[in-house]
Amino acid sequence: MTQPSQRSLVVKPPRASVGVIGWLRQNLFSSALNTVFTLLAGYFLYVSIPPLIQWALLDADWIGDSRNDCTGEGACWVFIATRFKQFMYGFYPDTEQWRVNAAFLVLACLTAPLFVERFRYKMSLGLAIICGYPFLGYILFYGGFLGLPEVETYLWGGLMLTLVLAGIGIVLALPFGVLLALGRRSKMPVVRAASVTYIEIWRGVPLITVLFMSSVMLPLFFPEGVTLDKLLRALIGIVLFQSAYMAEVVRGGLQAIPRGQYEAAEALGLSYWKNMTLVILPQALKIVIPGIVNTFIALFKDTTLVLIIGLFDLLGIVQQAFADPDWLGFSVEGYVFSGLVFWLFCYGMSRYSQTLERRLHTGHAP
Amino acid sequence: MYSEKTPHDASVVTDETMIEMRDVHKWFGQFHVLKGIDLTVYKGERIVICGPSGSGKSTLIRCINHLETHQRGQIIIDGTELSEDLKDIERVRSEVGMVFQHFNLFPHLTVLENLSLAPVWVRGMPRRDAEKVAREYLERVRIPEQADKYPGQLSGGQQQRVAIARSLCMGPRIMLFDEPTSALDPEMIKEVLDVMVELAEEGMTMLCITHEMGFARTVANRVIFMDEGEIVEENAPSEFFDNPRHERTKLFLSQIL
Ligand SMILES: Nc1ncnc2c1ncn2[C@@H]1O[C@H](COP(=O)(O)OP(=O)(O)O)[C@@H](O)[C@H]1O
Ligand SMILES: [Mg+2]
Repeated sequence: MTQPSQRSLVVKPPRASVGVIGWLRQNLFSSALNTVFTLLAGYFLYVSIPPLIQWALLDADWIGDSRNDCTGEGACWVFIATRFKQFMYGFYPDTEQWRVNAAFLVLACLTAPLFVERFRYKMSLGLAIICGYPFLGYILFYGGFLGLPEVETYLWGGLMLTLVLAGIGIVLALPFGVLLALGRRSKMPVVRAASVTYIEIWRGVPLITVLFMSSVMLPLFFPEGVTLDKLLRALIGIVLFQSAYMAEVVRGGLQAIPRGQYEAAEALGLSYWKNMTLVILPQALKIVIPGIVNTFIALFKDTTLVLIIGLFDLLGIVQQAFADPDWLGFSVEGYVFSGLVFWLFCYGMSRYSQTLERRLHTGHAP
Repeated sequence: MYSEKTPHDASVVTDETMIEMRDVHKWFGQFHVLKGIDLTVYKGERIVICGPSGSGKSTLIRCINHLETHQRGQIIIDGTELSEDLKDIERVRSEVGMVFQHFNLFPHLTVLENLSLAPVWVRGMPRRDAEKVAREYLERVRIPEQADKYPGQLSGGQQQRVAIARSLCMGPRIMLFDEPTSALDPEMIKEVLDVMVELAEEGMTMLCITHEMGFARTVANRVIFMDEGEIVEENAPSEFFDNPRHERTKLFLSQIL
C-alpha cells in the first residue's frame, strides 16, 4: 500500500450524476424516447393504481358474516373471510384440520435449515426429509394410524390440496426428469430411444388430456374391483407429464457441460453414476435453475386443472363458492384472492431461485 | 525455462513393463487415426511424444486410459488388458493419472474438494484422510494456501498444478500429460514444468505430449515422433534432436525449434 500523495486531488463526481437527480436523469430521462416511456408509464400508473386501492382497500368491507355487511362500493372481503377455512382445507373435517396445520408446520421447521446459508448438512437433511417426511405426511393427512381417523382424499381441497399436488409433483418430477435427461443422452440405444419416445409423447399432449385420461381411462385397464385413488391418479398424471418437461430443461444443462468435465472425472476412475451425481449434475442443474424453477411454477399453476376430474384445489373451491346462492356476484373478489395466493407462492419460488443462483456462483468456469 | 536440477539418469528405469501396446489401430468413422502403434513403456520411463497437430498424439494416450476405445490390437496396462470390461477399465483409470491441456478442474468444487473427490469416492478413503493427503500434494505443487478457493479464482498455472495434484492424490503408477503447458501464458509455463520435473525425479512413469523441447532434453529417456497416426521415430533425446533420421522428423524439428 502506498500512501497517495497529499497533492492528489479528491475530485467529486459532477453533481448531476449522483443523488436523486442523477438517478432520475440516468434512469428515467436519459433520452427523448426514455422520457416518453417514463411519462406514459407514469400516466398509466396514475389512472390505474388509485382506483385499485380505492376498491381493494379504502372502500372495501372486511368484517361481517353475510353479504348484507357489504356496502357494494368496494371489494367485499367478507366473502373470503367467511369462506376462508374452506378455501384453505376444502372439505377436510373441522375437527381434524389441526393435522394439516401440524403437517405443514413440521415441514416448515424441517426445511428451514436448508435456507440457512451456513448450515453444513443440507444434503443429508434434504435426503432425510425426502425419505422420511412422506410417511409422516401420510399419517397426518390421511390418518388411519395412531388413533387418527381416516380422512378420505375426496374431502381434501383448497390451498392444502394445491400444496400437496404441487409439492409431491415437484419432488418427484425433478428426479424423474433428471433420469430421463440422462437416458436421452445415454450411449445405449434402447435407453435413449425409450427416453426420447417418452419425452416426446408426454410433451405433445395437453395436461388436461392427461388428467382426464388418468381419471377416466386408467380405471378401464384395471381389473374389476381394483380402484386407484383419484388424487393418486391425478398425481401420477402430473408427475408423468411434468417430468418430460423437466427432462428437456435438464438436458439443456447437461449439454452445456464441456466434454472435458466428463473426461476428467472418468480419467480419475469415477464410475458413470458417480461421475453424474458428483461432477456433472451439480454443474448442469446449477446452470438450469431458472428453467427448473420455471417448470416448478408452471406445475404449481397447472394443479388448478385437476378441477376437471372433480378435485377442488384452491381455485376450484373458490369458483365453487361463487355458486352459493347467498354469495352470488362476488367472483372478482374470489379471483383476486386466489390469484394473490398463487402469485405469492410463485413469486417466492422465483426469489428463492435467484438467491440460490447467487449463492452457488463460484467464479467463472474454466 | 525449467528447473536446473536434472533428474537422476536412466538408472531409475527398470525392466518392469508398465504399458504395452501391440499393433493398436483406431478409426474415427472412416478416418484411420492410429495405424498400428507398437509401444512398450517400462516403469520409471519418461517419454515425450511430439509431432504435428492432428497426428494422433492425444488419441494415442487417451487410448491408454480408455477415454478412446481402440479397435484393433492390444493394450496392456500394468498387467491388465483393456477390454470392454468396465471393472478393468475403472481399475486402470484409477492407476493412470491424466493431465489435460485445459486443466478440466471441477469448477463447482473447491481445490481441496477437487483433490479429495476421487480418493473418497473411488478408493473409499475416509474424507479426513483424503483431505490430509490432498493438502500434502498441494504443498508439493507449492500452492497450499489455495486449498479453499474455487478453480475459477486461480491463475492458469495454478489451475494446472492443482490438476496435477488431483491426479497424484490417487497414487497413480503412470501419469499422462496432454500438452499440459500449451494453454498457459509464457510466464506460467515454468511453474508447471518445475512440478513435472520433480515428479520425474521421483521416478514416476510419465508419458508427456509437449513441444517444450528443453523439457524433453532434460527429462525424457525417449522422445517419440508421431506423424499421420504412426510412430515415425523414437530415440534418446540427444540423438533425436541432434541427429534426426527421418525427413519428416527433420522437417518438424526445423519448424518448432
Ligand atoms: N472424437 C473425434 N471424432 C472424430 N475425429 C477425431 C476425434 N478426435 C480426434 N479426431 C481427429 O483425429 C485426428 C487426430 O487427433 P488428435 O489425436 O487429437 O491429434 P493430436 O493430439 O496429435 O493433435 C485429428 O485429425 C482429429 O481431427
Ligand atoms: Mg492433441
